[in-house]
Amino acid sequence: MEKFDILIAGAGVTGGMIARELSRYQLTVCLLDKANDVATGATKANSGIVHGGYDPEPGTLKAQLNASGVELLFEAAKQLNVPHKRNGSMVCAFAQEENHIIDQLYERGLENGIEGLSVITGDQARELEPELSDKVTKALLVTNSGIVCPYELTIAAVGNAMDNGVELKRNFAISDIAKIGEGFVVSAADGRKVQGKYLINCAGSFADDLAAMVGDKFYQIIPRAGEYMLLDKAEGVRVSRTIFQTPGKEGKGILVTPTNHGNLLTGPTATEVEHGESTETTGAQLAYVQRMGAKSVPGVNFRQVITSFTGVRASVAGGDFIIKMSDKVDGFVHVAGIDSPGLTCCVSIAKYVLDILKNAGVQLTEKENWNGTREDMHAFAKMSIEEKNEVIKNNPSYGKIICRCETVTEGEIIAAITKNPVALDIDGVKRRTRSGMGRCQGGFCSSYVMKLIAQHTGTDMTDVTKNGAGSYMLTEKM
Amino acid sequence: MERKLTCIICPRGCQLTVSGEADNLTVTGHACPRGQVYGINEVSNPVRTITSIVRVANREDTMVSVKTAQPVPKGAIFEVMSLIRNTTVNAPVKIGDVIIDSVYGTQVIATKNID
Amino acid sequence: MLNHDIVIVGGGPAGMAAAVAAYDNGVKDVVILDRDDDLGGILRQCIHNGFGLHKLGEELTGPEYAAVYKAKVEERGITVYKNTMVLDVSKDRVVTATNRDGIMQIQAKAVVLAMGCRERSRGALNTPGTRPAGVYSAGTAQKLINCEGYMVGKKVVILGSGDIGLIMARRMSLEGAKVEAVCEIMPYSGGLTRNIVQCLEDFDIPLYLSTTVAQIHGQKRLEGVTIAQVDENRNVIEETKRFIECDTLLLSVGLIPENELTVQAGISMDRITSGAMVDENCETDAEGIFACGNVLHVHDLVDYVSDEAERAGKGAANYVKNGSNKTEYIPVKAVGGVRYVMPQHIHAQPGEEVSLFMRVGQPYGKVRLTAKCGDKVMAQAVKLKVAPGEMEKLVIKTDKFADLTGEITVTLEEM
Repeated sequence: MEKFDILIAGAGVTGGMIARELSRYQLTVCLLDKANDVATGATKANSGIVHGGYDPEPGTLKAQLNASGVELLFEAAKQLNVPHKRNGSMVCAFAQEENHIIDQLYERGLENGIEGLSVITGDQARELEPELSDKVTKALLVTNSGIVCPYELTIAAVGNAMDNGVELKRNFAISDIAKIGEGFVVSAADGRKVQGKYLINCAGSFADDLAAMVGDKFYQIIPRAGEYMLLDKAEGVRVSRTIFQTPGKEGKGILVTPTNHGNLLTGPTATEVEHGESTETTGAQLAYVQRMGAKSVPGVNFRQVITSFTGVRASVAGGDFIIKMSDKVDGFVHVAGIDSPGLTCCVSIAKYVLDILKNAGVQLTEKENWNGTREDMHAFAKMSIEEKNEVIKNNPSYGKIICRCETVTEGEIIAAITKNPVALDIDGVKRRTRSGMGRCQGGFCSSYVMKLIAQHTGTDMTDVTKNGAGSYMLTEKM
Repeated sequence: MERKLTCIICPRGCQLTVSGEADNLTVTGHACPRGQVYGINEVSNPVRTITSIVRVANREDTMVSVKTAQPVPKGAIFEVMSLIRNTTVNAPVKIGDVIIDSVYGTQVIATKNID
Repeated sequence: MLNHDIVIVGGGPAGMAAAVAAYDNGVKDVVILDRDDDLGGILRQCIHNGFGLHKLGEELTGPEYAAVYKAKVEERGITVYKNTMVLDVSKDRVVTATNRDGIMQIQAKAVVLAMGCRERSRGALNTPGTRPAGVYSAGTAQKLINCEGYMVGKKVVILGSGDIGLIMARRMSLEGAKVEAVCEIMPYSGGLTRNIVQCLEDFDIPLYLSTTVAQIHGQKRLEGVTIAQVDENRNVIEETKRFIECDTLLLSVGLIPENELTVQAGISMDRITSGAMVDENCETDAEGIFACGNVLHVHDLVDYVSDEAERAGKGAANYVKNGSNKTEYIPVKAVGGVRYVMPQHIHAQPGEEVSLFMRVGQPYGKVRLTAKCGDKVMAQAVKLKVAPGEMEKLVIKTDKFADLTGEITVTLEEM
């Protein structure tokens, strides 16, 4: 059985970033995920917002980690060459009676130690964002906040961790955890086992199941679905900042934001669902997203929707993050209830977990050759024509466009299939390269992508999946 | 015997009724003589051109498209398909090359050039 | 920077016909840039027959129709850059493209845009449910089956009764799949009668009108769909919902001209056709840039694509030879039951007769189509039956163009 110093259960943005932080040190680390790829749970489908930090209740772990998390996150995104932008945000009141909420948020932000906040009038807000609704009466302007692509961040963090020695095991659905003398033996449903001295539970929607396996389930995950609509790049220019609504009588507001890739995103709803995999969209919720999105930015053309999706946040009662060494089971670290602003806090959470391990006696000796930067996977698109020609001369596959809508080259797709963490399925290629993310949603490129995956993984076309076992694309070679 | 058909000769799509016995069919509902001919043929001897693909054995991941040179009886569609499915060819193939000889009095021929 | 007289963007039926026509009208320095590894475009995967009846006088399959034009291109020695994707076309006709040899830029005297169209995706429909494997656009499935030789599923539901959906219903059936249903959200099919008879009725496949897919089920691979009837506002009628087990959903829910390059170039677009605004020579409002085929508006028959592309190719050749002769334009407008008319404007004094192409907004029985300028009838035709799926045509004779003012309107009158 393979033995590691540290096991991390769950390769979402939290587990991935913890793995990267741990990869700095002379430790053996193994990251386990039940899916065929990293970043397939809550990480894959959320707003991608780096929150300013005015929102969490003062004194909570969320408030603390959000305040320190923003800069850490931008720094990591920069090192990892992940698309990010400090585009700022606005929280908007839509009626006089909502105006006081803006003031409350401002006060709370000050209390949380957040800089760059100001309260502005509706007219000032519209001056900054001309397409904003004329019903906006007052707004909180936030300047430290931004956007980051959550799955690309996770893929990069895990890739960087792997480049620095961390091991990733996929399709490792944890079915049993046995406490042994010093550490744990973790078993997967398919019979594989790994051993580790410490086990960090970053299992998102399934964190309570894992806690139960070691006999320390003191919280219950409340899976809460959020539905989104993603619009064509033609709509991506409606706003430059992320537009929030004050929590009003219609529930928690729907945001409208540009994405790092120039699309427009609107959502999420918030519905309690059965489990973490309840990721279906519903007609009623999508209609709500559309109505509430239009409330902030009336000019959005919803005929330009290119896809809709649902993400499930792993919330807990009480609402704060649960990040601590288990009181009952030595060596088991809870990292649970990581809902918003979890993405913003992923690096500050990772550093917090490091402190927990340090206090528990883990020796953190830095590696001499740790490299915290990851190659820019989108470098080609940013090059001048001369630079591109140089690249194509050395590697002609960069001259062949596979995805027309997002202009993705064969070279970039091959890189996604061959670089840590390698993409093994169509969705994996899509998240790494944006091939299939555009207007035609893979209509033209999916057969090419299937061929490239089959070629580079040495499998047959009929073995290629959309997202792992069971999601086969083809039924038979004719 | 009486059968209702949609005429496919022109976009108008007349609703035809064909009645009578094999050698004495009458058509009603047609707007032109061509519809009458279509109605009689479709009841007495319906035929279809079949188009499909055949794997090119000596080329990687290559299929050549094929068709029956003449229409074959409608009732024989799946029989002809099964013949086509069990056939492979070797490149080069030229449009019009015979892929399967003698199928219901016609041939299955290539509709694509494979160098 | 390379220099060529005419650069054709796209080597499908439109691009090939435009190149041949340009050459035959006296401009020999014509190049075609195509993103695929062979000429032919989407025709390569359309292995069914029914192409060429109007244009070539015989019924051909898609690959055969493509081969006819490919031979014409080759006979003329027209240069074709395969596996070459055009990234940008500027208003002053610099075409930037990439292939395995690198990025090239060509200064063209005239450009013909012939990029074709793409299919509307599931995302654009906003169909609720999960996102499993097994949901394909009909054309993607067609390519996988007919060109790559792989089957995509065994039990199939098809949404959309346009011709591609119907053709794929037959194709899947021929290959042994069970097609459970074809659903059409409109109260009528958008496909040709011939295809309804030969693709559905021949295989006992039910066509459900005013019916849509209301939900998609399955976590990994599609497990089924809920279909439901819709009311006149296309809203799902809850009590008509029913589940159909299937592993494959094919979407044939509309085609969208692929106009990214056109929009990038700053060319004026028609909101209805989603293509460029053009004159009778298919010239856009960017001088020397022409557009034809499905990138200009979605056609029902490839034969008409070839016709249109020949006009564009000839127009481009004339432009290269004679330069701009832009005189005054007369706008052409669709009114009432006519959804759109191509071209959107014509020269006040065109050299030859001008054909107007139009589509209606809904099916009608016997109608009279009339093109008028003020009180003057420019052209008129009576049709026994018209449908949105089929293009109609009116021809204006040259002598009608004397002393026109105002705009030409095209109307439909039920008879």
